[in-house]
Amino acid sequence: MHKLSVTQGSTMKNTDIRRLFYAHLLCVLSVILSTFVPSFFLESFSILETHLTWLGICSVSVTAVNLVLYLVVKPNVSSKRSSSSHKVARFLKCCIYFLMSCFSFHVIFVLYGAPLIELVLETFLFAVILSTFTTVPCLCLLGPNLKAWLRVFSRNGVSSIWENSLQITTIASFIGAWLGAFPIPLDWGRPWQVWPISCTLGATFGYVAGLVLSPLWIYRNRKQLTYKNN
Amino acid sequence: ALMTGSLPGFIDVVRNLNSPVLLEDNVIGQAKAAGKRMIFYGDETWVKLFPKHFVEYDGTTSFFVSDYTEVDNNVTRHLDKVLKRGDWDLLILHYLGLDHIGHVSGPSSPLIGHKLSEMDSVLMKIHTSLLAKERDSVLPSLLVLCGDHGMSETGGHGASSAGEVNTPLILISSAFQRKPGGIRRPQRVQQTDLAATLAVGLGLPIPKDSVGSLLFPVVEGKPMREQLRFLHLNTVQLSKLLQENVPSYEKDPGFEQFKMSERLHGNWVRLYLEENRSEVLVNLGTKVIRQYLDALRTLSVSLSTQVAQYDVYSMVVGTIMVLEVLALLLLSTPQALRTEAELEVPLLSPAFSLLFYLTFLVLWAIHVIVCTSTESSCYFCSLSWPAAGGVMLLLSALLCAAVSALAKMCRARSLLRKNPARPHSKWSELELLIVCGTLGHVLSLGGSSFVEEEHQTWYFLINTLCLALTQEICRNYFLDDGDEPPRRFPVEQGLDCAAPALQDSGGYCVPRPDRVCKRRLPSAVPGGRQRWMVLASPWLILACCRLLRSLNQTGVQWAHLPDLGHWLTSSDHKAELSALAALSLLVVFVLAQRGCSPVSKGALALGLLGVYCYRVAVGNVLFPWRPDSRDISKGIIEARFVYVFVLGILFTGTKDLLKSQVLAADFKTKTVGLWEIFSGLVLLAALLSRPHNLPVLASSLLIQMVMTSFIWKPLRHSTAEITVMHYWFGQAFFYFQGNSNNIATVDISAGFVGFDAYVETPAMLLTAFATYVGPLLWACHLVHFLSSERSSGTALSHACFCYALICSIPVAVYIVLVSSLRYHLFIWSVFSPKLLYEGMHLLVTAAVCAFFTAMDRTSITAS
Repeated sequence: MHKLSVTQGSTMKNTDIRRLFYAHLLCVLSVILSTFVPSFFLESFSILETHLTWLGICSVSVTAVNLVLYLVVKPNVSSKRSSSSHKVARFLKCCIYFLMSCFSFHVIFVLYGAPLIELVLETFLFAVILSTFTTVPCLCLLGPNLKAWLRVFSRNGVSSIWENSLQITTIASFIGAWLGAFPIPLDWGRPWQVWPISCTLGATFGYVAGLVLSPLWIYRNRKQLTYKNN
Repeated sequence: ALMTGSLPGFIDVVRNLNSPVLLEDNVIGQAKAAGKRMIFYGDETWVKLFPKHFVEYDGTTSFFVSDYTEVDNNVTRHLDKVLKRGDWDLLILHYLGLDHIGHVSGPSSPLIGHKLSEMDSVLMKIHTSLLAKERDSVLPSLLVLCGDHGMSETGGHGASSAGEVNTPLILISSAFQRKPGGIRRPQRVQQTDLAATLAVGLGLPIPKDSVGSLLFPVVEGKPMREQLRFLHLNTVQLSKLLQENVPSYEKDPGFEQFKMSERLHGNWVRLYLEENRSEVLVNLGTKVIRQYLDALRTLSVSLSTQVAQYDVYSMVVGTIMVLEVLALLLLSTPQALRTEAELEVPLLSPAFSLLFYLTFLVLWAIHVIVCTSTESSCYFCSLSWPAAGGVMLLLSALLCAAVSALAKMCRARSLLRKNPARPHSKWSELELLIVCGTLGHVLSLGGSSFVEEEHQTWYFLINTLCLALTQEICRNYFLDDGDEPPRRFPVEQGLDCAAPALQDSGGYCVPRPDRVCKRRLPSAVPGGRQRWMVLASPWLILACCRLLRSLNQTGVQWAHLPDLGHWLTSSDHKAELSALAALSLLVVFVLAQRGCSPVSKGALALGLLGVYCYRVAVGNVLFPWRPDSRDISKGIIEARFVYVFVLGILFTGTKDLLKSQVLAADFKTKTVGLWEIFSGLVLLAALLSRPHNLPVLASSLLIQMVMTSFIWKPLRHSTAEITVMHYWFGQAFFYFQGNSNNIATVDISAGFVGFDAYVETPAMLLTAFATYVGPLLWACHLVHFLSSERSSGTALSHACFCYALICSIPVAVYIVLVSSLRYHLFIWSVFSPKLLYEGMHLLVTAAVCAFFTAMDRTSITAS
């Protein structure tokens, strides 16, 4: 009896990991498609020259994929009250949280040394895309609940593989954006060294790397991972 | 370079501040030897460089950069008299005003236009009188107008941007023929060419170390024979220099061209002597001239590239020594950071005595072989034998100590393995950030752009540090209470290790006490207001740093951007600057008086008032009740008034320290004494820093206060973390002040505060203090904080060790990097100034560590 439950748990876990992997594959595809598809519709589209357009398209597509995944996969089935007014309020709250995160990222970039008056649109779109990579998955998975966020992002606070992968992708995007600032002072004179292109590219690469790596990492360490709630 | 024609070495920058007698062969010396009568007016440096060369001179001291009318009037007032007299052969005038304006208010200052038109009128005066004089003399005279350097976007010089290294050179003489065909385009020549040209023009021998070539257009008006003669002289001199410096000079293309043109010249002379006055002679002559000019150019280029020679052997010895010390420090880290804090260097262990003697002998043998085999001069070989022997002894002793420390560590490691009960401790995010930041900074020193923009690295690091602190605070304060179950009980430890995030070593399930949690456990969760202050403090620090960052733009790539500092120092915004300076001084007083005794409080207040009066007297700021006073002095009385208070406060502090040492148990007196020393240094810094940099000082004190009361005390960081944070903030404040890794940004005016003339030792000390005021103040604060907080007694020695380690890692790695990059294109313009800064920083660090050790001793004797 005991053995049976263990095997059941492990198969459940394996299917979970598979679902996670497919979901992440979809996210990666959305990033890749947002770089290549628009060039069929838009004249003279390229990541470097029409960077802002790319940022907008990428952020919209990643958000859409995340929302669809959330509705289809439903990783946390624990919403008890589901009246429509409650749902609307929750959605509005999510929107406000998203905007707040955009603005606070903007403030942080300015504190890091981004120009205050010039290039406001560029800086803000960078904040938007970083929020897309980090805040939107958090909102989808955890809802507008700051306590839960803090729990997930503190040491040893995750309670499912979904949260674990969320932690990894978010931190990977932050580290990518952080590392993306390093080429800016170099005197190579390349077009991608201009603020904020290297940072957005760094964030994107970090996000994609997090998406790809997190299922693999969870799969490798699946024996050791035990969650409190499971 | 103007007078000797040789290339300046980099170390000449250091020598520049007190110019000794120029011993190299130069034009002035040659002219003196030829009995020419020379007159000089202008910068005193010339008189020091060429003592007893001038029959008449009037030197002006050049270091009061805020004075830009008197220095020039001092020159011009002699002009009429001298021009009328005409009993001289060479007249040198050095006008300083433009340089001073550039230093003080930059190239876009409104003063520059006036100064330039003044210079124009001076030039016209000289030219007309020279023309008048030429009517009754045989030889034509030559008027040379040149600048010794240009001006960067900020008004300084000494770096290598295009604006700084390009200067005009104008030669005016009636001997030149006016060519038809409008204005000719100016040509580019080397500064070193001027010495050769002047020597030829004056009929003097060319200085023997000159690498310049004759400016040919100057002698174009002469007959063919003389032209050839001049060119021949110049090439002979250059090829001699080549023979001295290059062993394989015969294969040099320049030398071959020289031989060829000499042969052609011989042919031409033979034809000339045969009285062959045909077209052939002229054609051959022009051909010879072209050949000579080519030879000159090639010789000049190959000489210029030959000048940089490296003393590889001495460099290797020095690098090995530095690396050994670093290895010793690194290897003894675990030992030194234990609670006992013992750093014993095992020198006398008998097992290593054999190794020691062997290394010593091998090194000695290498030394003898190297020194007997090389011909080129080598600093280390020229040392006396006992000195070299001492260095060898030190090297081998260090090696043995490092090896034995390594062996000890291996032994400890194997002991640990036998005893698995010792818990593994994981790094917290903050420690991870500190290690990554240090490593990243060290690695970034290998790139020239990162060295130029090092301030960006530090700003980036302290920003990240603040964000990491925010995260830590949030975790501590929001997860402790509320609906989150208390996860701090040992019951849950088995679960705690289950999901290691981020760490690559994750996956093991050893029950371990969470060190971070344990350390933070005793901190009682403070009440509401305190909590919000703690939460807000990193953001306050971030905002402060952002403001300071836009105060002074430094570096290279973005240095030209407008910043608040320039806006404040421009003469239209004097009122704003005065308000800001007064406000900052007030903040400094409020923050610095907290820990002082009443006497020092009064002294501090008076001293800060004195600082403001000094700035008014110098003319930087205004009194609100006298908005348009114009009397500008050097402010010597005011500055000395402040010095008295600085010395007084430092003296009280030292007295308190000594008292605490004598009356063993008096802990509070010691804290007060340390704080008084700190506030004395703050007062000195307030006096020396430029008025627009006073906010830097104020916010440094503010950040220290905020960090102390809201971050370090409640969160209970370890000594090592606090030390590293102090070091990082110190480095960032070094750049917030407007410093950079470029010699041009050193503010030498700080060395003249309160002095009539240039006095070497205090000027050097004051300039060094003003430059390194950021790191010094933070280190001083660290001493005070640790000795007031910790009663354990080992905190200070831990901090001293960490400080020494964290400062020596970049220096050691940088020395290795620079040695391996010594043929890099930017070695002189970027890497060498940084090396000078690092060397100076190392001296400052050594002083700080000595202070640490002294404090540690007093605490040991007191307890």
